[in-house]
Amino acid sequence: MEKSKANILNGFWRLSEDIPKPLYISLTISSIALPLILWWLVTTIGNIDPKFLPSPANVFQAFVRLWKSGDLVKDTIASLWRVGFGFFFAALFAIPIGILMGSFASIRALFEPLFGLMRYMPAPAFIPLLILYLGIGEEPKITLIFIGVFFFNALMVMDTVKFVSKDLIESTYILGGNPWQILTQVIFPHSLPGILDACRINLAAAWQLVIVSELIASTEGLGRRISVAGRFLRTDEIFVGLIVIGIIGLSLDLFFQYLLRVSCNWASQKR
Amino acid sequence: MFLQVSNLHKNFETKNGKLAVLKDINMTIVQEEFICAVGASGSGKSTLLRQIAGLDKPCFGEVRIDGKTITAPGPDRGMVFQHYTLYPWLNVQENTEFGLKLQGISKKERKEKASYYLSVVGLTNFAKSLPKELSGGMKQRVAIARALTSEPKVLLMDEPFGALDIHTKESMHEFMLDLWQRTNLTIFMITHDVEEAVFLSNRIYALGARPGTVRKEMTINLPERTAHVKRHSQFHDYRDELMELMRLHGKEALTMVA
Ligand SMILES: Nc1ncnc2c1ncn2[C@@H]1O[C@H](COP(=O)(O)OP(=O)(O)OP(=O)(O)O)[C@@H](O)[C@H]1O
Ligand SMILES: [Mg+2]
Repeated sequence: MEKSKANILNGFWRLSEDIPKPLYISLTISSIALPLILWWLVTTIGNIDPKFLPSPANVFQAFVRLWKSGDLVKDTIASLWRVGFGFFFAALFAIPIGILMGSFASIRALFEPLFGLMRYMPAPAFIPLLILYLGIGEEPKITLIFIGVFFFNALMVMDTVKFVSKDLIESTYILGGNPWQILTQVIFPHSLPGILDACRINLAAAWQLVIVSELIASTEGLGRRISVAGRFLRTDEIFVGLIVIGIIGLSLDLFFQYLLRVSCNWASQKR
Repeated sequence: MFLQVSNLHKNFETKNGKLAVLKDINMTIVQEEFICAVGASGSGKSTLLRQIAGLDKPCFGEVRIDGKTITAPGPDRGMVFQHYTLYPWLNVQENTEFGLKLQGISKKERKEKASYYLSVVGLTNFAKSLPKELSGGMKQRVAIARALTSEPKVLLMDEPFGALDIHTKESMHEFMLDLWQRTNLTIFMITHDVEEAVFLSNRIYALGARPGTVRKEMTINLPERTAHVKRHSQFHDYRDELMELMRLHGKEALTMVA
């Protein structure tokens, strides 16, 4: 028993190297299971008011309740829809602009100062203005996500585009390419992995902002669910909201990682 | 084919003022020659090749190919760079076809041509591999095949084997000579490796540095072009003479730094 344990931990401290698969799997499982067990222990052994910290079982019951009533599905769809729209439009504009900024010093000079400044203005600080200009419907919520994602995404795309080597661009000129072909057939595919990665990272930001945006008078959404649950001290529902948000975010992240692996197999680290 | 570099000067504006990199360069290259320009690092070799390729414009003088002054890159000149410049997301076949694709050549024709030139460089079996799966020497062979698909009048090479280990380099030398003899290619290659230049070329331009000038033009007459020739006294004479030219430059450079 002792021996096999020593074996499985073999290679734990290997610097920047792959670890054995069994070790990898057990560490991954523990990273989720340990906090769960701890949570369960604290709530069963310690005599804690479920209004303060509900047990895993309480939370699961709340989940089933919200699921059956259809509220959870409705909230999830509302939030996903906002993230989807806001993020889609932000990426739609940020990717081409970022590519142009990375490729042309003139366009970089035109946009970089403004974008650099906007990036440091926290998106939630725009909420009062957005309400003033756009009212309290879906528009201010989607615009908030757009603002929070667009500037970061454009600047991150610009950075990946700058990695395209000058030699590669020049050898394309020599092969007979024109600037438009270089942009679409060399710079874009070369930057695609970096662009997908930038989108993946900024999707996390969009997901945070949707929760904030739902504090603007809304009737549904996961953020709304949490704030209502807080007002009525339904702590179990707060937990349900948090966990669902986390799981959806993680799934989207994994989806992007998968996309990256499938579409940009050439860029994977492993040789 | 007739390539002529006449009275070419090139200066760069730098923080410390004007830097003269090439001064009064004159060269001619005719059909089916294999020319090397040798020079130490910083002697302006890459700069010279960029003017010939049309990636940059001389300050004075000109480069003409068949009488036409060069102002931009064109399909009459192919180029292989020192650093690997394959498109990492395309496989070997697609990389080889890429130039033809950019030029709008039909899918069928470019596939045929690329396959032909891949067989010329001996990489038919790797057509489906990605560049990251190839060795350094294979990558440069793909780059050569890619440059040849446009059927250039002259193949320009900027220290193409500089990043390779000695054994791979030697096999690439044999490959280049074989390629040159099988085809009617005209090759202009720059290198700092004197033995490489003597072994490969039929004529050599030795470059001095700061500013880069042609120190000497040397016709190479060797009895054979196999690895044996490297032990031939004639080979040593050529090598030593060129080394001497470059050594002078080394001393000069030191005094210039001091
Ligand atoms: N665009 C540029 N602007 C300013 N200086 C330059 C530029 N390009 C080259 N130089 C300078 O010109 C000189 C010659 O450079 P070049 O790259 O042509 O040398 P090289 O002979 O190819 O050297 P190496 O063997 O290291 O490749 C160097 O001193 C370099 O710093
Ligand atoms: Mg060079």
